[in-house]
Amino acid sequence: MLDATQTAPALELSHVTKTYTVKQGLMGKRRPLTAVRDVSLRLNRGEVLGLVGESGCGKSTLAKILLGLEAPTSGEVRVDGEVLGGQDRLALARRIQPIFQDPYSSLNPRKSIADIISLPLRIHGVGDSASQEKAVRDILDVVGLPSRVMNTYPSQMSGGQRQRVAIARALIMKPEIVICDEPTSALDVSVQSQILNLLGDLREEFGLTYLFISHNLAVVEHLATRVAVMYLGRIVEEVNSTDLFANSAHPYTQALLQSVLTPDPDMGVPDTQLGMAYPNPIDPPSGCAFHPRCPHATELCKATAPRPVPHLDGHVECHLHDPESSMFQGS
Amino acid sequence: MTKPLLSVQNLTIDIPVGGGTLHAVRGIDFTLDRGEVLCIVGESGSGKSLTSLALMGLLGKRISCTADQMDFDGTALLEASPRKMRSLRGARMSMIFQEPMTSLNPAYTIGDQLMEAMLLHENVPRSKARARAIDLLEKVGITAAASRLGQYPHQLSGGLRQRVMIAMALMCGPELIIADEPTTALDVTIQAQILRLLVDLVREMNMAMILITHDLGVVARVADKVAVMYAGQLVETGPARDVFSQPLHPYTRGLLHCIPQPGKTARGEPLGTIPGIVPSLVGEVEGCVFRTRCEHAVPACHAAIPRRERGDHAFRCVHEDGHAPDDTRAKEATDA
Ligand SMILES: Nc1ncnc2c1ncn2[C@@H]1O[C@H](COP(=O)(O)OP(=O)(O)O)[C@@H](O)[C@H]1O
Ligand SMILES: Nc1ncnc2c1ncn2[C@@H]1O[C@H](COP(=O)(O)OP(=O)(O)O)[C@@H](O)[C@H]1O
Ligand SMILES: [Mg+2]
Ligand SMILES: [Mg+2]
Repeated sequence: MLDATQTAPALELSHVTKTYTVKQGLMGKRRPLTAVRDVSLRLNRGEVLGLVGESGCGKSTLAKILLGLEAPTSGEVRVDGEVLGGQDRLALARRIQPIFQDPYSSLNPRKSIADIISLPLRIHGVGDSASQEKAVRDILDVVGLPSRVMNTYPSQMSGGQRQRVAIARALIMKPEIVICDEPTSALDVSVQSQILNLLGDLREEFGLTYLFISHNLAVVEHLATRVAVMYLGRIVEEVNSTDLFANSAHPYTQALLQSVLTPDPDMGVPDTQLGMAYPNPIDPPSGCAFHPRCPHATELCKATAPRPVPHLDGHVECHLHDPESSMFQGS
Repeated sequence: MTKPLLSVQNLTIDIPVGGGTLHAVRGIDFTLDRGEVLCIVGESGSGKSLTSLALMGLLGKRISCTADQMDFDGTALLEASPRKMRSLRGARMSMIFQEPMTSLNPAYTIGDQLMEAMLLHENVPRSKARARAIDLLEKVGITAAASRLGQYPHQLSGGLRQRVMIAMALMCGPELIIADEPTTALDVTIQAQILRLLVDLVREMNMAMILITHDLGVVARVADKVAVMYAGQLVETGPARDVFSQPLHPYTRGLLHCIPQPGKTARGEPLGTIPGIVPSLVGEVEGCVFRTRCEHAVPACHAAIPRRERGDHAFRCVHEDGHAPDDTRAKEATDA
């Protein structure tokens, strides 16, 4: 039997904007900062959507909106087709759980590992203390930690172990969707690979859907089925992982791809040909936000923001790829 | 044969800690010529930063640092007076740190901080220091350089601050630059720009550079020579091309297998891992430091480990070619 909740995307954003108000300087006046600008995005059940972009482009803000931790200034978030807002926070938390970058600051240092992992069960009133303890043992096993860590504290663990605790905490409610915000960025490569493998295994075992945020395109390419590239609050390109390296279109995506430094000693450091005019989110550039750094920018890019146009099975926002633009070069 | 600009032999760094002595750096050797880039690569805690601080004479009194040799262009750094070290630092050798915000003083303008070293070390008028500061800011790719001199560090983005740090390190025309994770905190496109800049400057000014990083991709793209550091030891050293085309130490090979490489590693397939954790560096470690995590470990790894050389390429392992005899490789095949 198929109903709307099974055919609708697991998560869907339509025209979501998030504007913060920031104060500049001590006595400065308050100014709007648009962290996420009119973003529409869907996360389909069972996929891993990678979200990449440089720091400050709005990735975490988007994640917080999806988690219901921040309300969008405008636009809609739908979970399984239902508009978020009507749903209460707790019901949402059962289905969508986060794993954040820094396991040091996201785990309460005063609580034992067992307490940290079982907290969601207690909040949701799931089971009695005996069944909660068993659930903690089981999930520790799933994430590859021995049950003896139950009575230890975060400070007694390595970075990789703490990230496993964060994963256990996220999974104990058996969520459908996990939002991973830079889950391995603070880890050494040998630990990063263990955590990436674990996330891959868990996805298969529990049929999870991931939004996987990272600034490391090689990591995203490895794990994601689809990739969304973000620049200054916009998703400027969405592309299938298999097309990412060969067929992606946006000049920023291409610069990101070039910047992936594979360990090849016969290659030097790439020349991305990007300018250094780093955008200020309080005072974003006119037209296409990327134009001050783009090697292809023209007067049109300065004046007019590009619209999203279909590209392969995704979309791209760039005048070079818009058939109705004077800059169109053919796809 | 001319002597190398920098030669280090048996550098050892010990730190007294509650439970005894932490042997953070345990007898490392390397040399560096002008115009060369040496990358020291290793995971966190392997002793990379302490090594660079030792070279700069910035370790502090509590930490013991010894070496059979640590010579910079004929000067024995460990015997140099504090005054001599101060005049070397900033003038002939300078350092770039990971987080420019912690090394730039928030209370002074970019211009003041750029000019300080030059006014301190060279007897030049302010106008000349100012001209050099503008010149270098332009060289590191900062636009409107003159107007930047009056700005404060917090008014610049992370990428610009790191460029200012590089300009500052270059003010006195140093012969040796030590860059400790200079791009780790930066976005990837900015990282590429900064690395290109550093490599170009080293070549153009015939400087020597030690670049410290945990990122093998960075190493492969910028290094002439590589030193792989693990638990305070250099487990493998050699020309970059040799180390990457034929990594000999099991740790080097393990690290290379851990990183996803688009086009090479299959999407979604498990990445390589290195099981276990770094051993405690407190107290003596007998035998190979990596043996507890090594799939090629044999009982002989508990004894002294020979240093094996193949030309300039060297590694420390009981196994002649860095692999256990057949049984382990057979085991690998069945695991795969
Ligand atoms: N609570 C907040 N108040 C004001 N500005 C914020 C807040 N959170 C984020 N921002 C700003 O929004 C922009 C996007 O931030 P973020 O989503 O954290 O980016 P990313 O995760 O991609 O690095 C940044 O300019 C950031 O400074
Ligand atoms: N001032 C110090 N006091 C005590 N231990 C230290 C100190 N500085 C570094 N260490 C220890 O020495 C080891 C090597 O440190 P470091 O050189 O900073 O490593 P890396 O730069 O490779 O990450 C680590 O175990 C670290 O905890
Ligand atoms: Mg973020
Ligand atoms: Mg360090």
